[in-house]
Amino acid sequence: MPADPASNGTTDGRETNDPASTDPASTDQDRLQMHAEGGHGAVPTAGVPIHEPGGPARDWPLWEVFVRARRGLSHSHVGSLHAPDATMALRNARDVYTRRQEGVSLWVVPAGMITASSPDEKDSFFDPAADKVYRHPTFYDVPEGVDHL
Amino acid sequence: MSEMPALAMYALRLGDDALVLSHRLGEWISVAPAIEEDIALGNIGLDLIGQARALLTYAGEVEGAGRTEDDLAYLRGERDYLNVQLVEVPNGDFGATIARQLVFSTYQLELYERLQGSADPTLAGVAGKAVKEVAYHREHAALWVLRLGDGTEESHRRMQTGLDTMWPYVAELFEGDEVDRSLSTERIAVDPAGLRDPWWSSVSSVLAEATLDEPAPRWRARGGRRGIHTESLGFLLAEMQHLHRSHPGASW
Repeated sequence: MPADPASNGTTDGRETNDPASTDPASTDQDRLQMHAEGGHGAVPTAGVPIHEPGGPARDWPLWEVFVRARRGLSHSHVGSLHAPDATMALRNARDVYTRRQEGVSLWVVPAGMITASSPDEKDSFFDPAADKVYRHPTFYDVPEGVDHL
Repeated sequence: MSEMPALAMYALRLGDDALVLSHRLGEWISVAPAIEEDIALGNIGLDLIGQARALLTYAGEVEGAGRTEDDLAYLRGERDYLNVQLVEVPNGDFGATIARQLVFSTYQLELYERLQGSADPTLAGVAGKAVKEVAYHREHAALWVLRLGDGTEESHRRMQTGLDTMWPYVAELFEGDEVDRSLSTERIAVDPAGLRDPWWSSVSSVLAEATLDEPAPRWRARGGRRGIHTESLGFLLAEMQHLHRSHPGASW
């Protein structure tokens, strides 16, 4: 059995260092752009090669992969991969993420198409929910024998 | 080898094809053009190992001399290997590997589709499981042939060169002999001669769409099914069998 380089759930180990990422000419707007890059949540992607429409890309674009584990569940994000186009991305996703029977359905989405929340906005986005226990349905008596409420 | 029953020899031939090609595909791991392709080619290789294990085990059972799949895989020399020469040809570049994948997986697909109806339940069972695997292998190869053939000038050139490299080995796939013919009259085996037309109609449509030409080789390989091989099989087997021969019975 070969060692499995993909078992950590991401395949971006071969990302090339694009000199453009340190180019002072990049605008602040570029730097502030956030994407769900590499399956790690929101990170700045200025200069990181993702989907480049038009022109021969030196590197394959990045795709985020979603797997439905079985019927009735929703698709969950499992990681990312590189592929030259959508058809190949789906094939690669099948090989990288479902070869041990992990799923019955696959989605691939160009990583650049995902708009993600920014780490800087974490407080205003998520903290207000922290002290509102009444939003959790924990004040009901669950009848005996109801297991999946 | 000549004393081997025809059925054992037939299973061994198909099993050796799968085993040798799986080794070649394994050679791509860590050096394919992208890590995703490492995994794809490795996966295809693992499918082929699964087919090889079933077929070699069955060949050993039918032979009745007590040889296991490991004995057959690791303790035969190259003159006892019965694979077609196509599968032992060194990988070349990615274009050549993909050319062979298209040729061979299309052949396997046509073969296994028919072998599912074999009068021999073991062969029918192996074919029934493998047919889904090789349909995927064929799809993988066809997608790449289209992209490389109808891609840039350089990718087109290398894809065409890959086809030219593999084409002298194509004819041997469809060359039946007495083993194939006698078993196919009993509806146990599939006569490879009958696979050529459906194979070509499938392959030629991919080549046409990929703007590639059918190569016209000036020579053709023969003899793999009788144990006649190219020099490179010996090197492949040396690598594959080294551990088992140095440490008999080793396992992990």
